Amino acid sequence: MLEIRDLHVNYGAISALHGISLRVPQGQIVTLIGANGAGKSTTLRAVSGLVKPRSGLINLEGEEIAGMAPHTIVGRGLAQSPEGRMVFANLTVMENLRMGAYLRKDKANFAKDLDYVFCIFPRLKEREWQAAGTLSGGEQQMLAIGRALMSKPKLLMLDEPSLGIAPLLVKTIFEKIVEINKELGLTILLVEQNANLALEVSHYGYVLETGKIILENTSAELRVNEKVRAAYLGG
Amino acid sequence: MDWFLQQLINGLALGAIYALIALGYTMVYGVLRFINFAHADVLMLGAFAAYYLAPSVAKVFGPSTVPTALTVMVLSAVICAVIGMLIEFLAYRPLRHRPRLTVLITAIGVSLFIEYTGQHEKVFGAATKAFPTLLPQKEIIVGALRCSSNDLVVVGFTAVLLAAMWYIVQRTKVGMAMRAVSFNEQAASLMGVNVNAIISFTFAIGSALAAIGGIFFAMRAPGIEPLMGVQPGLRAFIAAVLGGIGNLPGAALGGVVLGLIETFFGGMPGLSDYRDAIAFALLILILLFRPAGLLGKMQTEKV
Repeated sequence: MLEIRDLHVNYGAISALHGISLRVPQGQIVTLIGANGAGKSTTLRAVSGLVKPRSGLINLEGEEIAGMAPHTIVGRGLAQSPEGRMVFANLTVMENLRMGAYLRKDKANFAKDLDYVFCIFPRLKEREWQAAGTLSGGEQQMLAIGRALMSKPKLLMLDEPSLGIAPLLVKTIFEKIVEINKELGLTILLVEQNANLALEVSHYGYVLETGKIILENTSAELRVNEKVRAAYLGG
Repeated sequence: MDWFLQQLINGLALGAIYALIALGYTMVYGVLRFINFAHADVLMLGAFAAYYLAPSVAKVFGPSTVPTALTVMVLSAVICAVIGMLIEFLAYRPLRHRPRLTVLITAIGVSLFIEYTGQHEKVFGAATKAFPTLLPQKEIIVGALRCSSNDLVVVGFTAVLLAAMWYIVQRTKVGMAMRAVSFNEQAASLMGVNVNAIISFTFAIGSALAAIGGIFFAMRAPGIEPLMGVQPGLRAFIAAVLGGIGNLPGAALGGVVLGLIETFFGGMPGLSDYRDAIAFALLILILLFRPAGLLGKMQTEKV
């Protein structure tokens, strides 16, 4: 589905990613874990086109997308729920979901997908006509994920869905992520600081440290890996 | 009472013109967070476009007829829409991710460039030109009230344009995208919105409204010249701030309030010389108590 090869990204003179490679196979949840500033978000931003990579290949379903504009990449079937959620606070919940479906032309399926989003996040249905800025952090995260789903993506990228959210809601949201992956067969690339949670729900994981991938394995293996346990899982 | 109604009509007509121009300031501020000072000169270009187009259009539809006026306005609006998009493309887009101050200074530069290029004898020339009579003018007299039919046209036409703008921004897909870009450009691009196209569209609409505003202003003014945009432009900018910059109904309200204040104090014997002083003093007072403007909301963001 997605293949990244030797990706380099610079912010000005500072190198944020020096040559990372990873693969996200069809139908799986792949996670990218690592400390703050390791380059997790940068990786997602490079894939979605928000930052231009200095070099490297990003291949989405056989098509090279590195360096394309973000709105073009969305059209290729990629959706991102960005870090900090970035819901449109001045728009209603409904309008936010419509924005998610901005590039879609099929009216009939729009209603169907809207139903699906409301079905997994009933909270959003209740708040349909409320301005998104009035939602709680957890509800905004649901909206950000729902909005990303509305574009009917082939690949969904989630950036820190647990950040700043009440623990109880974090659990719900991660259950929903698994549900979406199973029911829709949707491929997911998950970036998460909470390594415990991420490795619990994912199939495969990459560990990122200061712009380099230092370890990769199935999530089950990573969870028992001593290095990972010491550094990311709290012993 | 008659005096009051008389000033009300005059004030509404003037306020409507400010409102049309103020929309352009506030819309551009909404998406790019800077004041497009060249907007004042776009309205001047709108008036000049009408000045040069009117004789040819009049040959087709006859001088001062409704079809002539409409055609001239539409064509001038289209010309200004293109000019607005060009200004954005050439002057502001290359500086998109630079500090706002850089863009602001560039906007002042663009404004001065248009004004002084316009004054060149081979362009418009510095002399004041008589603006052609676009519409058949009638004086309407009701009791002691006198008003020009033009004033009523200005108020009515503006009301229609404001309603259309509201519809575009609140009810259409492109309007929704404008609001999304205004809130968060990056998030909007992640939805598949072509941010550059939306920004161009915003400049086009704002400039088209400025052209109409410029023509209306010229219809009430003694004549047109390349610096004619400065005064109404400044007032419309203030109207936009007064209503709450970035807020569309606010810009319309701010324009009308400013127009009314100006005419009411301008119409009082002994106070007319102080009308600007009074208008600006009121502005300062309003902003002291409502820094975000009449309809503006203080920005709060959940983190």
